[in-house]
This record gives sequence, structure tokens and C-alpha cells, in this order.
Amino acid sequence: MRRFTWLVPTLYILFLMLPIYWLLNMSFKTTNEILGVFTLWPQEFTLENYAKIFTDPTWYNGYLNSLTYVVMNTVISVTAALPAAYAFSRYRFLGDKHLFFWLLTNRMAPPAVFALPFFQLYSAVNLFDTHIAVALAHCLFNIPLAVWILEGFMSGVPKELDETAYVDGYSFWRFFLKIFIPTIAAGIGVAAFFCFMFSWVELLLAKTLTSVAAKPIAATMTRTASTAGYELGLLAAAGALTIIPGAFVIYFVRNYIAKGFALGRV
Amino acid sequence: MAVKTQNPKAWLFVLPVVVLVAFNALIPLMTVVNYSVQETFGDNVFFWEGVKWYEEVLHSERFHAALLRQLMFTSIILSIEVPLGVAIALAMPKKGFGVSVCLVFMALPLLIPWNVVGAMWNIFALPDIGLLGRMINGMGIDYNFTQQPLAAWFTTILMDVWHWTSLVVLLAYAGLRSIPDAYFQAAKIDGATPWAVFRFIQLPKMKRVLTIAILLRFMDSFMIYTEPFVLTGGGPGNTTTFLSIDLVKIALGQFDLGPAAAMSLIYFLIVLLLCWVFYTLMMRHEAQ
Repeated sequence: MRRFTWLVPTLYILFLMLPIYWLLNMSFKTTNEILGVFTLWPQEFTLENYAKIFTDPTWYNGYLNSLTYVVMNTVISVTAALPAAYAFSRYRFLGDKHLFFWLLTNRMAPPAVFALPFFQLYSAVNLFDTHIAVALAHCLFNIPLAVWILEGFMSGVPKELDETAYVDGYSFWRFFLKIFIPTIAAGIGVAAFFCFMFSWVELLLAKTLTSVAAKPIAATMTRTASTAGYELGLLAAAGALTIIPGAFVIYFVRNYIAKGFALGRV
Repeated sequence: MAVKTQNPKAWLFVLPVVVLVAFNALIPLMTVVNYSVQETFGDNVFFWEGVKWYEEVLHSERFHAALLRQLMFTSIILSIEVPLGVAIALAMPKKGFGVSVCLVFMALPLLIPWNVVGAMWNIFALPDIGLLGRMINGMGIDYNFTQQPLAAWFTTILMDVWHWTSLVVLLAYAGLRSIPDAYFQAAKIDGATPWAVFRFIQLPKMKRVLTIAILLRFMDSFMIYTEPFVLTGGGPGNTTTFLSIDLVKIALGQFDLGPAAAMSLIYFLIVLLLCWVFYTLMMRHEAQ
């Protein structure tokens, strides 16, 4: 019985990989082959789909746009959340519990509810179709999440650390930047990972707030799927490429996540 | 955790967060509230309508049907993903190279844009060109998710299980990792059965992360929009039209701002209420 436990994760990973394998399979096929014959492996192997994406600016700009606002959002969310999470984990102040719950409620707001008002709000402040608009809009759900995660990590750090530093003559900001932030580096890694993740995968708001200049790759895909007919190979190649940034991020933070998960609440 | 000190200056620390979130949350929310009590025939002319839209939505069969579908979908995926996630986390390797491999592969679906998930499952499950569709039809079962409601539900649920079980796995695994080895040694000396170890050591230690997992899965599945929209378009008919899909159809498709806004607020309140119940339970447990 014990000897076969490795089968469970293996089978699960196989199940996870099947649709991805199929997507990759499609992305190397010609449209004729996709619609004509059913093959488990591309018969006429082609890189044409990928070539088109890398040479057509409307395609590759989509990736750059997405990456730009995702990175902006991650930086804004984590930077703003750090002092807030510290306050929640160390101090009591007027309305702290209510504020914390109010922040969390924003993580619960369905983006569909806010799609139209967001469009009007960001048009009104002249930020429509800019990267910063999407980055700011994604703060709605990423800041509460970052505060929540970081607060968990910070509460795991004993208060004696702060007090010892003050006794040693550290000013608050010097302590915060030189001692405290390195101590919770794993937590920052986990928070940044989740911010990146939820900003990268979100489409409804990103699509609502952009038209041309900041259009995310995911939205480029939906448009092409409807106007250019049934170019499944191209769609599959574009989809396969969206997996790469995520895979990179996971690879780099994997140790943080293992360590961070063990330490903190997420 | 030591007692927190009273510090009114802490408000300065939370100010950036409050400003950023309030800008994104309060202004749009007030816009929605504003629409929900008015009627418009275009040209930015609005008439006061009071609670008319709320009554309309609360009595609308369309809303009831979408809410029912939503509740069904959320309970089904929770009852599959949570036990499955825990089971996989229990079977995962505890140290060594295998941990990294598992973490990297399992986290992969979480980082794929949601419409790509939908598109990927679409071409994976299509009966003529998809691997899954071919396999199921090859087993002698007539399967076409674009036409059969049952097949559409099956595919949507399978897609969600594929997409999100890993989140439960990662969280449960984190909870398991925080258990000191001494607990297991003690259990071994006492001759505890694997079930007893699970029931009295592992499950209580996972309680907190599992609450978070259930809360996150509940919230996100209740708001699900992009994946089923791309996969089935809410069809066949209305059979997979969940709350968000219905809302976007009314708000952006038909541009019925009043009813859409009223529905938004009712929808938001339902999520909020259910989350508040979870949150209170979680906090009460933590206080113990």
C-alpha cells in the first residue's frame, strides 16, 4: 500500500499534462491537419504558427502589454501591502478589524459586477487603454490578498525581533528595510507569486479597460478566434506561449513556495 | 502571539492600501448603486425608480435559475476538489527532488490565463478533433458538450477540477509540512492506525489552510466567468449560464443598466454574506 503512494501524484500530474500536451500538439500542426485527420503527433510538423506570432506586432505586443501591467501590479500591490500588513500584525488601531474584513470583501467582489463602472471610471480619469489602468484595477483583488498573506507571515515572526532592534538603536525604517524584510523574504516571494498569478490570468477587467495600446494577449486571442475564422493552430500556439511566463515564475519561486508554505498561513 | 500595542499612527501604514483599494472599490460600487435605483433611455437621462429593479430581479425566474446553477456548480466542485486535493497532498513526497517536480507541475494550471484554459479545454474536448472527446466517444458513449447539457456540465466541472485542485493540494501540503516529525513518531509508538494519524494529527493541523482553500475556491467558483464562457458560451441553451455570465449578458449585451446593477448588488451581497459566515467561523476557530 505505502509503496504505491507515488502513483497518486504521478497520475494527477499526467491528468494535468494531457490538455497541455494536446494544446502543444495542435500548435505544431497545420490547419488542414487539425481539421482533416486525427493524429496524436503532428504529421507535417510546422513552426508557422509560432513564426506568425513572433513576427506580427499585434500578436507579440499582446505579450509585452500583459507582462507590463502584471509586473506593475505586482510591484504596486506588494509595496503598498508591506507596511499595511505590518500594521495589522503588530498594532491595534481604530477600526483595524473592520478594515481588514473590508479589504477582504474586495477580494470577494465578482469582477463582472465592476466591469462597466471600471470602464467609466478609468475613462473619466483619462487612463483608459493604458497599462497603469489595468495594473491599478487589479489592485482591487491583489492588494487584499497580498495584505492577507503578508500579515500571516509577519505574525509568525516573534515581536522580540522588533524590540531587540529598537534597543540596539535601529530607527523604524532601518529596522524594517534591513532586518524585517529579509526575515520575511519567503512571504514576500509567496505574495508576489500570487499577485503575479491573479493578474496574469485575469481577463475580464483587463479586456474592459483596454482597446489597442495596452491590449493583453488573452484578449488578442479572443478577437482573432472570432474574426480570422477557425485558425486553431494559431490559437493553440498563442495559448501555449501564455504558459511560459507562468512556468518561469513557478520555477524561480518553487523553493520560496515550499519554504513559505511551511512558514506562513498560505 | 504577544499582545498587540495600541498605535493610532498605524493608520499611516495602511493609508496607501486604503486609498488604492477605495479608489477601485468605492467609486465603482457607488456607480452601481446609482444605476440600480434609476431608469435610463440613453442620452444620460436618468429617472428615479426606487427599488423596482431589486423587486424585478428577486422575482425573476431567470435569476433564480442562474443562482441555482451557480450553487450547484460551486457545491459540486468543492465536494470534488477538497477531498481530492487533500488525498493528493497526503500522497506527495515529503522531501527530495520529487517535491520540486510536483510543485512545479501542479502549479502550472494555476498560471494559465483563464480564457486559454477555456480554449484549451474546448479543443481538448471537441468530439471530432479533441483527445478527450475522441476517447469518450471511442468508449461507446455518445458525447458532445456543445449539444448535450449533461456533457457540458461534465466538461465544465472536469475543467474546473483540472484548473483548481492544485490550489487545494498546495495549501493542504503546506499545512502538512508544518507538522513536526515528533508527532508522527509519538503516533508510531502509540501504534496509531493511518486513519487515526490522519484524523487526530493531520486533519486538525490542516484545518486552517483548508478553511482558506475552501474560502478561496468558494469565492472564485462563485465568480467564475471566463472559462465556461469560452468553453461553452453558457450553453447549450442556458444550461451552463452561471451568475457572472448572465450578468454580463444583461449589462453589456442588452445594456439594461438598472436591472444589471440591481443584480450585481444582490449577487455581491450573496457572496459577501456567505464569506462572512466562513470568515466568522474561521476567526472563532482561531480564537480557540
